[in-house]
Amino acid sequence: MLQRLEHLLGIEDLTREQISFILDQAAPFQEFQKHPLKKLATLRGKTVALAFFENSTRTRISFATAAARLGADTMNLQAEASSVKKGESLLDTVRTLEAMRPDGIVIRHSSSGAPHLIADRLGMPVVNAGDGTHEHPTQALLDALTIRDRKGKLEGLNLTILGDILHSRVARSNIFLLSKFGVNITLCGPSMWVPRELESLALNVRRVSRIEDALKNADAIIVLRVQTERLHEPGIAPEEYILGYQLTPARLKLANPGALVLHPGPMIRGLEIDPAVADGPQSCVLDQVTNGLAIRMALLYHLVGGAAVEAPPAKEKPKDSPKD
Amino acid sequence: MLLIKNGRVLDPSSKTDSVQDVLLSEGRISKIAAGVSAPDAEVFDATGMVVAPGFIDLHCHLREPGQEMSETIETGTRSAAKGGFTAVCCMPNTQPVNDNASITRGIVERAAAAKSVRVWPIGAASVGSKGEALAEIAAMKDAGIVAVSDDGKPVATARLMRQVMDYCSTLDLPVIDHCEDPSLFAGGVMREGPRSIRLGLKGIPAESESICAGRDVEIAGLTRARLHIAHMSTTGALEYVRQAKKNGLKVTCEVTPHHFTLIDEDVRYDTNYKMNPPLASRADRDALIAGLVDGTVDAIATDHAPHHAASKDVEFDRAPFGITGFETALALGLSELVHTGKMSLTRLVELFTTGPARVLGMNRKLAAGEVADVTVFSPGQSWTYRVAESPSKSRNSPFDARPFKGAATATIVAGRIIWRQ
Repeated sequence: MLQRLEHLLGIEDLTREQISFILDQAAPFQEFQKHPLKKLATLRGKTVALAFFENSTRTRISFATAAARLGADTMNLQAEASSVKKGESLLDTVRTLEAMRPDGIVIRHSSSGAPHLIADRLGMPVVNAGDGTHEHPTQALLDALTIRDRKGKLEGLNLTILGDILHSRVARSNIFLLSKFGVNITLCGPSMWVPRELESLALNVRRVSRIEDALKNADAIIVLRVQTERLHEPGIAPEEYILGYQLTPARLKLANPGALVLHPGPMIRGLEIDPAVADGPQSCVLDQVTNGLAIRMALLYHLVGGAAVEAPPAKEKPKDSPKD
Repeated sequence: MLLIKNGRVLDPSSKTDSVQDVLLSEGRISKIAAGVSAPDAEVFDATGMVVAPGFIDLHCHLREPGQEMSETIETGTRSAAKGGFTAVCCMPNTQPVNDNASITRGIVERAAAAKSVRVWPIGAASVGSKGEALAEIAAMKDAGIVAVSDDGKPVATARLMRQVMDYCSTLDLPVIDHCEDPSLFAGGVMREGPRSIRLGLKGIPAESESICAGRDVEIAGLTRARLHIAHMSTTGALEYVRQAKKNGLKVTCEVTPHHFTLIDEDVRYDTNYKMNPPLASRADRDALIAGLVDGTVDAIATDHAPHHAASKDVEFDRAPFGITGFETALALGLSELVHTGKMSLTRLVELFTTGPARVLGMNRKLAAGEVADVTVFSPGQSWTYRVAESPSKSRNSPFDARPFKGAATATIVAGRIIWRQ
């Protein structure tokens, strides 16, 4: 029997079965996004706190929309407008939220491990929406769902991740997740962003220094955003990055035919990715966004709704939508 | 008068290791022999216990003046006494910094009033530990400092280090350095390696320490001054010390109990695993143990660094560095080094007594006429550390609830039992 999830703090500690379960549960929610009336009553009366201590647009909107489509209310904390700026500690801030009795909390924070700190202290499910340079588990789940849908499986695929791996929580979560399914993972980027210790994250991870070698035989490519604030630490000119690592149509041809191109966003066209690739037929960028909603709905349904793990995927049909 | 009966008297300085009685009188040791009779003396039955020279801790933070929320001289020395220490050297990074004689005198007076463990202050090397001008080192020496250091950070530049060492060699004071290259340290929060990569925490390369240790050893060669490297955590720094000793330089070093016990792989999102220097790799930890065993390392020092809960109960990268250490030091030494067969009991006692004394240019021995500072401990006693029961004002220990074999049973300063189980 599957172990019930209490929180989603990271991918590292999940089993392959737990991950497959979440991906399977997301399937009906993918269908649901196509329905004209996108509201369920599943979580009616429940409240999800969205505590974003770091700027985020797409992840925040995705979680807020996922909660709304399940019928839940949301409480929004934005670091900019919060007492964090006045010097309140993270624990005091989330305890204040807890006192308003939400049924779960989604947290985004610039410190690695911040969700773990609060999960130890709060009596409710905690979902990590990105912590520092550690993990971004829902991103990895939606990436896996996107790849699995298009390729029909994950096992045995070759995945290449391009860019600043060292500082990427998306890369870590993807490495943890896909390696559990036997995906062969190749990391490529400027060497100071691809330290050799990354190979210790999982068994089937290797580093390749030339992008041409890294793309060979790739079935899917995750292009990471170049965090321009990091270009200066240590210095590398954007022109150097483009020359060495930009995913161009010519380079994409080196990958397997039909190789998927994923990007967690926000995407900087002309820096890490050529616009022709971003908009090309192999790009999955917009599918990723839609799948993010499905994954987050499945997770909130499971964690906040308290659905038993043995239960089949969501039984609610769109026509059950409340009329209010 | 106090008569310690039937203890295993263990004195590394004279290689004594036999069951004897120790009579203490008027603050001094008056007699060590079998079957001592002193009808007027209070008797402490030490059967099954080890009677050792008083333990010295070369490195702690008592936080007074200025950070009394975390610790005071009174609470810190009570914690030290509970750990078996009879004397502790407190680092100068208080608020204000102990960089002049009036602060030093204040610390000495507060320590005398606490009537507990002896407190030997360490003065700042530079004014405000800012790395610019030399502090009033001679005046502080008259007031009672036993060494100088800008602990918490390295002595800022090679040039200043040369001046400090030159000056301290004429004063015959050891210079203690916290070895770190700030540009490599660069805001890191744990040792750089597979674990820092996995946790997404900013790493500090081991070379941050060894580069600075190399610089210091070079300057010790230049000045012939006494250099002591604090809380050493890397193979590279250890090798510099080993070579310096071979070359006849007056270079010494210490290792903390947490650095010979824990490694970077133990780090989790718990700020009680955040200290500076950070927990080392397994290979470095094993090298440190080898250095403790073979004599390259001179002392075990706690780096007792209390921080109140409000400052430690935060995100990992926002927490201050440091953990408490007085009450677990001896137990960790016994459990990790002696009971595992890695070193003899005598060598462990040496690392707490004659070793640190030698760093300070003092003697430490059990002999008639010596100061009656004595540590009594039970090497085989099983117990569990409960941080909630600590006399310290802070609770930041990664060893809470850890079972141990070996504990202090009595701490005697100037012939008076200041703490007993």
